[in-house]
Amino acid sequence: MAQIFPRSANALARGSLVVGLFLVVAAGAALYGFARSGYVTRQGLVLEQPVPFSHDHHVAQIGIDCRYCHTAVETSSAAGIPPTSTCMNCHNQIWANAPMLEPVRASFRDGQPLRWNRVHDLPDFVYFNHSIHVAKGVACVTCHGPVDKMPLMYQAASLQMEWCLACHRDPVANLRPREEVTNVAWQPPADLAALQRELAREYNVQSKLSCSSCHR
Amino acid sequence: MRPDRRATARRATLAGALALAALAAAGCRQDMHDAPRYKPLAESTFFADGSAARPLPAGTVARGFLRDDKLFHTGRTADGAMATAPPMPVTRELLLRGRERYDIFCSPCHGALGDGRGMVVRRGFKQPSSFHVDRLRNVPIGYFFYNITNGFGVMSSYATQIPPEDRWAISVYLRALQRSQHLEAASLSPEDRARLDATVPSPAAGH
Repeated sequence: MAQIFPRSANALARGSLVVGLFLVVAAGAALYGFARSGYVTRQGLVLEQPVPFSHDHHVAQIGIDCRYCHTAVETSSAAGIPPTSTCMNCHNQIWANAPMLEPVRASFRDGQPLRWNRVHDLPDFVYFNHSIHVAKGVACVTCHGPVDKMPLMYQAASLQMEWCLACHRDPVANLRPREEVTNVAWQPPADLAALQRELAREYNVQSKLSCSSCHR
Repeated sequence: MRPDRRATARRATLAGALALAALAAAGCRQDMHDAPRYKPLAESTFFADGSAARPLPAGTVARGFLRDDKLFHTGRTADGAMATAPPMPVTRELLLRGRERYDIFCSPCHGALGDGRGMVVRRGFKQPSSFHVDRLRNVPIGYFFYNITNGFGVMSSYATQIPPEDRWAISVYLRALQRSQHLEAASLSPEDRARLDATVPSPAAGH
């Protein structure tokens, strides 16, 4: 009876072991990359909104403080999306007839809320609180990125747990004086590290790594 | 018969495993990510206006929002006159708080200096009066609080954006802002005078 496998089958078997191992590792790497990609985390993704609101225009060019609209950021877990009446404080006179702002005027006229699409959507099992972060000297731009340079809003960070933990392990490196938290143009001093150590003491900043700090 | 049955069973097991895997991949995430509860200002399919945030029912007062202190909440005294003094002691902290809140909420139109030339005005909004005119130097402090609360002319009410204690802080700071632009230089202490001279070129020095 003739041999079923030719001699080259030995090399083929060894080769397929190597290729098989490579495929397993490659599949793992691909999954790792995919789970952290913007496709999954929505990082960098611009969502369609009822009005193409520009933070670049309102913050960088007009110089309006974050808290003019996001009034609850210092006192509440949610920073707050402004009611339409806040838009109308200025837009009852400026760009009062612009077609782009018709949804805003319609909302104000009819008492119907504007339906913005949420850009930063944390999972519901995470209890994030804006006020404590602001009170400890973590700036808006530290998590939200250069909002003053965003003509359309997008999520700058991955918002994944490893991203949260990177700062929770070493919060001191992300501190600045409380009164500079909303300052998008803040220039850190030369001795930043010393200032941050001082602030961490003054604000009693702690590294919160217990599960129940965020999941409760 | 036997081999066929075995093949069918194997196919059924495979199909079941695939279905389980698909369910696991699709379902493990979203259920706990999107719990059946509302986040602040979320959309609602239950309420007619589509908003989870509910307005107060008529005739009710939210806890902590009973406005029983007339002076504190309206800027007017019991007899209806504008208050001539704030309802709290004037401290350095109050003034600093007032400056911070003024810069956030008022400076876009009134300008950091209070001259009515803020950035929004430069972009076309009706220019408000400067705070550095005799009429506004002489109004009682309750006048500022009252107009921040109720709006004035084309200015909207800021009652929902600024809580009453901050409205008072701003009103008090406005007095400091007015004095900063309207004071006899001779009345300054020597140290303050030196600081003033260091920042402002004196008229005598010429250009």
